[in-house]
Amino acid sequence: MILDLGVAFARVFFVMMFVLNLGGLLGWVERKQSAIMQDRIGANRASIFGFRVLGLFHPLADAIKLLTKEDFRPARADRFLFWLAPFVSVFFALVAFASIPFGDTLRLGGREFQLQAVTLNVGVLYVFAMLSLGVYGVMMAGWASSNNYALLGGQRAAALMISTEIAIGASIMGVIMVYGSLNMQDIVRGQGRLLAGWLPAWGIVTQPLAFILFLTAGIASTKRAPFDTPESESEIIGYFVEYSGMKAGMFMMSDFLGTVVIAGMVTALFLGGWQVPYLLADGFHFPWGAVLALPHPAVAGLQVGSFILKVCVMIFIMMLVRWTLPRFRYDQAMRLGWLGLFPLSILNIVVTGAVLLLIGGKAS
Amino acid sequence: MRLAQRFYLLEVLQGVLLTAGHFFRNMGAHVARSFGSRTAHGAVTIQYPEERRPYSPRLRSLHRLVRREDGSPRCVACMMCETVCPARCIYIVATEHPNPEIEKMPERFDIDLGKCVFCGYCVEACPEDAIRMDTGILEFSSYSRLGMIYTKEMLLSLEPIGADGRPTSPVPIPANRTV
Repeated sequence: MILDLGVAFARVFFVMMFVLNLGGLLGWVERKQSAIMQDRIGANRASIFGFRVLGLFHPLADAIKLLTKEDFRPARADRFLFWLAPFVSVFFALVAFASIPFGDTLRLGGREFQLQAVTLNVGVLYVFAMLSLGVYGVMMAGWASSNNYALLGGQRAAALMISTEIAIGASIMGVIMVYGSLNMQDIVRGQGRLLAGWLPAWGIVTQPLAFILFLTAGIASTKRAPFDTPESESEIIGYFVEYSGMKAGMFMMSDFLGTVVIAGMVTALFLGGWQVPYLLADGFHFPWGAVLALPHPAVAGLQVGSFILKVCVMIFIMMLVRWTLPRFRYDQAMRLGWLGLFPLSILNIVVTGAVLLLIGGKAS
Repeated sequence: MRLAQRFYLLEVLQGVLLTAGHFFRNMGAHVARSFGSRTAHGAVTIQYPEERRPYSPRLRSLHRLVRREDGSPRCVACMMCETVCPARCIYIVATEHPNPEIEKMPERFDIDLGKCVFCGYCVEACPEDAIRMDTGILEFSSYSRLGMIYTKEMLLSLEPIGADGRPTSPVPIPANRTV
């Protein structure tokens, strides 16, 4: 009983720490990566006892600054909703990661541990639910600030959420059809098979169009450039225009957490999750017949490491896109969502269904 | 717009490849630099207070008064610089030099750098080559107007710019001086 509780706590703690720390680190990654992309050096001045460590203390300094700043609330703001909005925003971004598996079932000392914070049969739907609930925080912030620009930002966030969340849901249908499950762990296990004896059946191989659609809509759902219409720094500052101190920091944080969650989703659904190519439960089985046996803990470690590596690569790509493309105009983002992503994802469902009908049942 | 451009995905890919190319090239240079390479440059940034680019020898920077061998100013208080100064930022009070062969020397020689326009006319007008603008010091900000007034003693203590193009004497007045 106590042990079960401890195991459950450890799983939740691991996922929480992974997401929170990665989200906090993204502030540094964003500054450094954009600097290196633009032939600059980036923030490197914060130091402790003269040690700068590539500017890694800047997120720390930012956090101290945000925590000690004045927590301002406009006189006519809705007191409760204004206070609640950033917490809602961060909370749903944080819990969305819970059903994403970061490893296969771990067997230690005759016991089995699920490497997943929560084992859900409808994990995919759960993540979508949490992702779309996150926008309520943004809308609350826009409404409660009693500021027209904030209201515009909240309204834009709602419009963007509707037009991209449908595309996310529809593009994921193809993956669900191919792997025949709503359980994230089952979907990841399904991606461990090999097509034609050598090609891993990752989602990006079986559902390339869905991958592009999901990635686009996923980047849009993080509310960052090129889809930062709710923020629109150059037009309407955004839904958090009235927020200061750590509350503004929490909105920033929830964007970063959203990036981590989307990267985790893309990894789990399209990049094979914790799968390493040709690595089975007892070691590597290469397509040319070579076998490299590995003990179970090594396999589990490789799998968790592979998941973390894939998430980091996806975050890198999303940052790359964020610092490369100019912002879509409000109507352009809407048009892309409704007239671009949505019909294409419906088409993807139809084509996937037809192909599945032709080859008979689940792809294998 | 061509069809490929209208489709946008290809353009996105090209843009991302361009920025990713920059990223990996610069990252490689940064890594090579951290392993001791002096030729690799990941960025053109000069880390200013620690690193400076060498200044041109013609640069007009903070003034200094040239000293004689006995340490007294070479200036003879002829008032040429004060007369020629378009900003009227030089204030000189003359006194007698202890050496009878030298007629005069400044009792006070104040330059108000808050007014100075760094035209260099004082340097050109000086018949004794007693004032020069070759210290290489550019950071002489102050929180008060009074802090911008440099007296004879301060100007006499300054040294010319070093051979490496960097200032040799420290900035004489701390920026937080209020009087």
